[in-house]
Formats: sequence, structure tokens, C-alpha cells
Amino acid sequence: MLSNQEIVEEIASQFGNKVVDFEEPFDLLTFTCQTENLISIVEYLRDHEKLRFRFLTDITAFHNPANTGNELCSVYHLHSFENGIRLRIKVFIPIYNPLVPSLTNVYASANWMERETYDFYGIQYTGHPNLKRILNLDEMDYFPMRKEYPLEDATRNDKLDPLFGR
Amino acid sequence: MSKIQYKYSPDNLSISEPVKYDPTKLKSEEMLINIGPQHPSTHGVLRLEVVSDGELIVDVVPHLGYLHRCFEKHAESLPFNQTIPFVDRLDYLAAMNSEHAWAIGVERMLGIENEIPKRVEYIRVLVAEMNRIASHFIAIGTYGLDIGAATPFLWLFRDREIIMRMLEWLSGARMLYNYIWIGGLFYDLPIGFEEKCSEFIAYLRPKLIELQQIIIDNHIFIQRTANVGVLDRDLAINYGCSGPVLRGSGLKYDLRRVDGYSVYPEIDFDIPVGEGKMGTIGDCWDRNYVRVQECWQSLRIMEQCLEKLTKEHKRTRDFDPQALVPKKIRPKAMDFYSRAENAKGELGFYFKTDGKSDIPQRVKCRACSFNNLSILPEISRGMMLADLVAIIGSIDVVMGEVDR
Repeated sequence: MLSNQEIVEEIASQFGNKVVDFEEPFDLLTFTCQTENLISIVEYLRDHEKLRFRFLTDITAFHNPANTGNELCSVYHLHSFENGIRLRIKVFIPIYNPLVPSLTNVYASANWMERETYDFYGIQYTGHPNLKRILNLDEMDYFPMRKEYPLEDATRNDKLDPLFGR
Repeated sequence: MSKIQYKYSPDNLSISEPVKYDPTKLKSEEMLINIGPQHPSTHGVLRLEVVSDGELIVDVVPHLGYLHRCFEKHAESLPFNQTIPFVDRLDYLAAMNSEHAWAIGVERMLGIENEIPKRVEYIRVLVAEMNRIASHFIAIGTYGLDIGAATPFLWLFRDREIIMRMLEWLSGARMLYNYIWIGGLFYDLPIGFEEKCSEFIAYLRPKLIELQQIIIDNHIFIQRTANVGVLDRDLAINYGCSGPVLRGSGLKYDLRRVDGYSVYPEIDFDIPVGEGKMGTIGDCWDRNYVRVQECWQSLRIMEQCLEKLTKEHKRTRDFDPQALVPKKIRPKAMDFYSRAENAKGELGFYFKTDGKSDIPQRVKCRACSFNNLSILPEISRGMMLADLVAIIGSIDVVMGEVDR
């Protein structure tokens, strides 16, 4: 059974100061890296004979307007079946130039998850074979999960209809 | 702040139904077939664009989003407890499992997961397993219907109806329960529920044997599903599959055992995996076989829960399942990923909170059906068109969860 400390040592010995901000909230190893190192780090984690992070659980993103210059963050959750251990990678990117390299050549599951993240946050995954909206309409011209788009006011009454309610 | 308003234009109708392939640029033998979104065998509003060469499938392009309900945006605008009804509507066939996943996630963030009374935990597991059986019954029954067997569908719906009625007795709703609350339950079990549940288990055992005989061991069914839609184990891992799809491919991986959340570590059950008894490991038959075996295991889990609920953690007059429900749910600033084994696979919730408000900053639902569906083009290329229906049914997608 690997401990988080051993993984940190493995990654730090390979990538040095390219990976920063190691944390362990609820024993889930979290670190941050730069966009240009993302693919090499993930490939290293996948192909390492001891770590073997073969399962890409999830790709998502969040938007934090207060963090100027790093508004968007692409979050990856990896899982290793053999060790039963998970980790999380964060990549911060500016909102005016949201470019992140695509992981579709590393994990096939990244295809749809990156399309979904692009759909909601507008993160451009460079190298993705078919980066189109997946859940929303193709002709939408905004990215609805960003914080500048609030949910519709539930108390508005200009749409009230005597027959059908709202 | 500018007002966002979706403008209607007649052109939208043509661009809202996009096609990846241009019909005029296909090769001379190829044909573009549109299946869905309103088609009984696509299990909801899934639209498939199929390029076929005679009977052979050249490519399949799934088009999603017909049931998109902005779950994540709603969850980011409401306190945690008010999101539970929305969580029900993700996987509406196994709503209890989704509620359970949400509740244990928020409880861990609050740090109260060890204070939950054992009786509450056992009731949660009991109802979640009941709902898992109901969900698998729909999967197997409609799968039989898809490939031409109408009888098992009617039989399974008859038995599922008992589960639905019992859960209605329990919570007041047939499918969307809002029963598992953060820190507790809506109500304790109704009086007599345990006895009825034991009767139901005794009733269902012979029915499962019948089910095995009529569909799983049926020669026509085997001919129709064995060696069809073979999903290799490495491919399944690469595409992020989970649940019966991954176990059908031969990997013994179940979060109830791996993570051991709730009271699952105290319960004895097996993890069935596909063995390739009728064909290759990971074919459609294996996936369905795993589902049937999981129903048996769920019955075992229910029996053990009932044993505990009637002996060790008995109903008492002053037991209040709502006693620990927090008045204010405000976790500290953190990132948290919680996951649980749903009927369809690994259901995960990624929370990001700031510690200053009751409303999460970010909620992401990692939907198992979404990832399971993404293998469909990969395993159906080169198969016959009739097998496409068999493959969709064996993946068991619920569009409410795919589209969220």
C-alpha cells in the first residue's frame, strides 16, 4: 500500500519544482501544475510501474473570479486500482486565454469529459479531436457555468401565466 | 449585469439538430440513419446518428443534452439540503442511491459521519439496496424487451412494483423520495416494514431463479447477446467505465467494498464479475449476468440489514432519525470529492466550498452513465445494426443522469 508521502517523493524527484502546492484534504493528495507540464506528469503517473494511475475518474473545472489571472481551474481526479489511491491535479489558467492541453491521447475517457468542461466553462483543450458542445445547444455563445451568469430569479413574475403557472 | 435571454430564430431548429456526417459526402454504399431521441430502445432521449454500410455499422455518434436540466447550476444556488430533490432526479431509477451518495459526501465535509446512529445507516443501506434491485430489474427487463423478450419485462415490472409500493409506504413517493437527509432520515421505518421486507425477500428468491431460467439461460437470449459488444477490460478502464459495465469486463471493483462507506464494511457480500461463461468476457451477456447476480447480493445485504434492524438496533419509541440533522450546513473552505457505488457505477460529487456561505461554490456530478455511454461508438463499430440495440441496453444508461 502506497502512502501519499511516497507518491509525493516520486513526483517531486521526477518533476522538482514544476509541481507545487501539495495538500492532503481528507487524505486525497492534491497538487497544482502548469499547463505545459500537465501531459508529461499525467503520462508519468499512468505509466509508472508502481503508481499506475490508469483510471481517469473525472475532469471538471471551477471559476473563481476573485483569483485574478487564474480565474479558471481545470481539475483532474485520477485513480489507481492496484493501490486503491486517488489524487487530484489542478491547473490554473486565465479566463482571457483558457488553453489547456487535451488528455485525449492519454485517456480515452477524457474525450467527453473535456467536451463537457468546454461546454460549461469555455476551457479550450488544445489537441482535442472534436471539441464541440455536448450537452448544450451548439449555437450558444456563452459558457453558462461561469459565475457571471446567475440562475434566473425565482421570484420574477413577468412570466406568470394564469393557466399554466410558470 | 447584462440580461441573458435566449433569442428564438427559425434557423435554430436546423442547427439544433447537428449531424457530424454530411449525407452528401458519404460513400456510395453508406447510409445515414437517425435513431432517437424518441425511440423505445434508446432508453430515454438519446439520439444516435448511425452511419451504416448495409447492415454493418461504420460509426455511431451519440447526441446528448435533450434532458439537460442544469443540475450543477441549481446545486450552486441552493443550500446542500435543498439540493437533495434535484439529486433524486439524476438517476431517477435509483434515487435512494444518489441521495445516499450526496448525504455521505456532505456529512463527511461537516465531519459528522461518525455520529450518525447505526439504525439510520442500516435503514439507508436497506433502502438503497432495494432501489438497486428495482433499477437492475428495469435494466434487465427493458433489455429483454429491446431484443424481443416481452415476458421477463412484465414479470420484472410486477416485482419492481412491490419495491415501489414499499418505498412509497416509507417515504410517500414512488420514485423521487427525498428520504435520506443530511445527518439522518425523513422518517423512521413505518411499523411493520421490516416484516414486509422479509416477506418480500422470501418472495423474490424463487422469482430470481425464474428470471435466470427465462432470460439469462434462455438459448435465444444467449445467441443474441453472447460475443456481442465485447468490452475489453483495459478498454473499459481507459474509457472510465464503472459499475456493472466494468465488472462485466472482469474487474472486481466495487466501491462498497473498496471505500467501505456507511455500514458496508460490516456486511458480508460478494462482488460478481463477468466470467465469459457463454462467450467472451465483457460481452452483453456478461453485463446482464452481473446485474442478476447483484440482485442476489442485494437480497443478502437486505437480509443482514433487517437482522440488525430487528435485533441490535431495534425501533425505540424515542428514536428520532432527524435528531442529528444540522440546522446550518456550512462546511469549512475545502475541495472534496465524494463517491459511492450507484446502481450504474461510480457516482461522484465534487464539492468546492468557501466556508462563508451555506451555498457551495462548485458542485460537479461525475455521472456514471455519462462515462459508460462514451464507450458506445468504440464497441459498436463493425457490429450489425441489430446488435446496436443490444449494446445500448446492456450498458444501461439513464438519460437523466447523462444529461443532468
